[in-house]
Amino acid sequence: MMRKFREKLPGRIFFLLALSSISVLALITVFIVVQGAPIIARVGVIDFVFGMSWAPSQGEYGIFPMIVGSLSVTLGAVVLGVPIGICCSIFLAEFAPVRLRNLFRPAIQLLAGIPSVVYGLWGLIFIVPFIRNYMGGPGLSILAGSVVLAIMILPTVISISEVSILALPPAYKEGALALGMTHWQAIRSVQLPAAKSGIVAAVILGIGRAIGETMAVIMLLGNAVALPSSILDPIRTLTTNIGIEMGYATGEHREALFATGIVLFVVIMILNSTAQTIVKRKKDQ
Amino acid sequence: MKQGNTKISIRDYQFFYGEKQALFDINLDIRANEILSVLGPANSGITTLLRSLNRLCDLIPKVRMQGDILVDGESIYAPHVVVTELRRRLGMVFDVPSPLPMTIFDNIAFGPRLHGKKNRQRLADTVEQSLRMAALWEDVKDRLHMPAMSLSGGQQQRLCIARVLALQPEVILLDRPCSGLDPISTSKIEDSLQLLKKRFTIVIAPHNVQQATRISDSAAFMLMGRLIEVGVGDDLFANPRDKRTSDYITGRYG
Repeated sequence: MMRKFREKLPGRIFFLLALSSISVLALITVFIVVQGAPIIARVGVIDFVFGMSWAPSQGEYGIFPMIVGSLSVTLGAVVLGVPIGICCSIFLAEFAPVRLRNLFRPAIQLLAGIPSVVYGLWGLIFIVPFIRNYMGGPGLSILAGSVVLAIMILPTVISISEVSILALPPAYKEGALALGMTHWQAIRSVQLPAAKSGIVAAVILGIGRAIGETMAVIMLLGNAVALPSSILDPIRTLTTNIGIEMGYATGEHREALFATGIVLFVVIMILNSTAQTIVKRKKDQ
Repeated sequence: MKQGNTKISIRDYQFFYGEKQALFDINLDIRANEILSVLGPANSGITTLLRSLNRLCDLIPKVRMQGDILVDGESIYAPHVVVTELRRRLGMVFDVPSPLPMTIFDNIAFGPRLHGKKNRQRLADTVEQSLRMAALWEDVKDRLHMPAMSLSGGQQQRLCIARVLALQPEVILLDRPCSGLDPISTSKIEDSLQLLKKRFTIVIAPHNVQQATRISDSAAFMLMGRLIEVGVGDDLFANPRDKRTSDYITGRYG
């Protein structure tokens, strides 16, 4: 009896701990929905999501420009950051001599440890004036945010892609080389396709990081609520909308910010599940 | 090329992994169109020797070699030798079946495509011939466009043999190709080796002495990185000259 109990005890404890982390997720979801859903219902889903005007003092709550903002800045970060990240991971996994690799790896991990506000500061001092002086516009822009976000997602993309390349069975590479392929041919036509699902996962996590980032982009995007006409225009994202206004918002305005959170939640879930279906479909082929 | 010509000649070959010496003074002639078995217990340097022949060992950092290996009388370390071409001429099959993550057809067409064959009909012919030679055609002719991973272990290994054949090599190196396979798959592979030796020179590390006696035209015994004895025909098994050889083939160790 006692022994049976002891046998089961560790399992129960782990279950409770696992449950607590899941329940936090549930609590957050419920909380945001309870706080934000009423105003979406009042304004109407279509008017809220596709509305062009955000003027809380006049009771206008349209967040479409911010959805565009979040997506465009994230897209920019992915376009700039993912190719660099994947190339870097290939270099580390396949080409770098051991000593160089031992230098690069901790450096890249350090990149992940820099607080986002510091990234914002750096972007504000270097990237924004650069764009203003050489490319035009106010400098505070989609481009500035994308560049800094691209750097911020690098550690995620690099380390996960690298791990997925290193995790391949050595037989793939040896088999490819024994067929008379060069090293690069083996990487391109055997190893990268085989590591594809891991690399896609790296990109998904990178997207998650980029779309959820708040502090750095508040400092770099200019935060104007309007549809941009070029990548040099300022913009506001869903996260920055919450970050900027939550400090003083009350009543309906406050609810609208929670509703913004709901939309952010949904956007992230849509992105994640699309990416996962892509991975699955590729695997089934 | 008729039987009896020396295809590969290994001269005073030594191999080092960093400070550790893995092969000592190997001298061995491998004749064309025969099956040579290289046997010995684990860690005898057999894999290192096989991988030296197609210079796959070069890729490991900090290795060093002395002596020479000649294929058709020409050193494989000569400066004008193109390593990828050498690896095409000396095809290799590994102990773990290693189909590439693509379809059966593409696995085999891969090598020829890489070396410049693009014509569809010719590729299809090459694929069929290679699969027939590896005794796999009947198993897979209706599902050439299925992933190679969907094959059984024995079929995967025959696929790997077919993949090597498609490159029209001169020598086939097999490193314990049947170690993970069931007896039926093993005998199918052994049967196809008997057919293949008419066209190719075959060097195999068999996975046990029984297999070696079944398939080989000559046999070499290695121990701790040294070549102990070489025998033609069943000589090595019938009249081993060295006590260590007889201990091994009678199953005293290994």
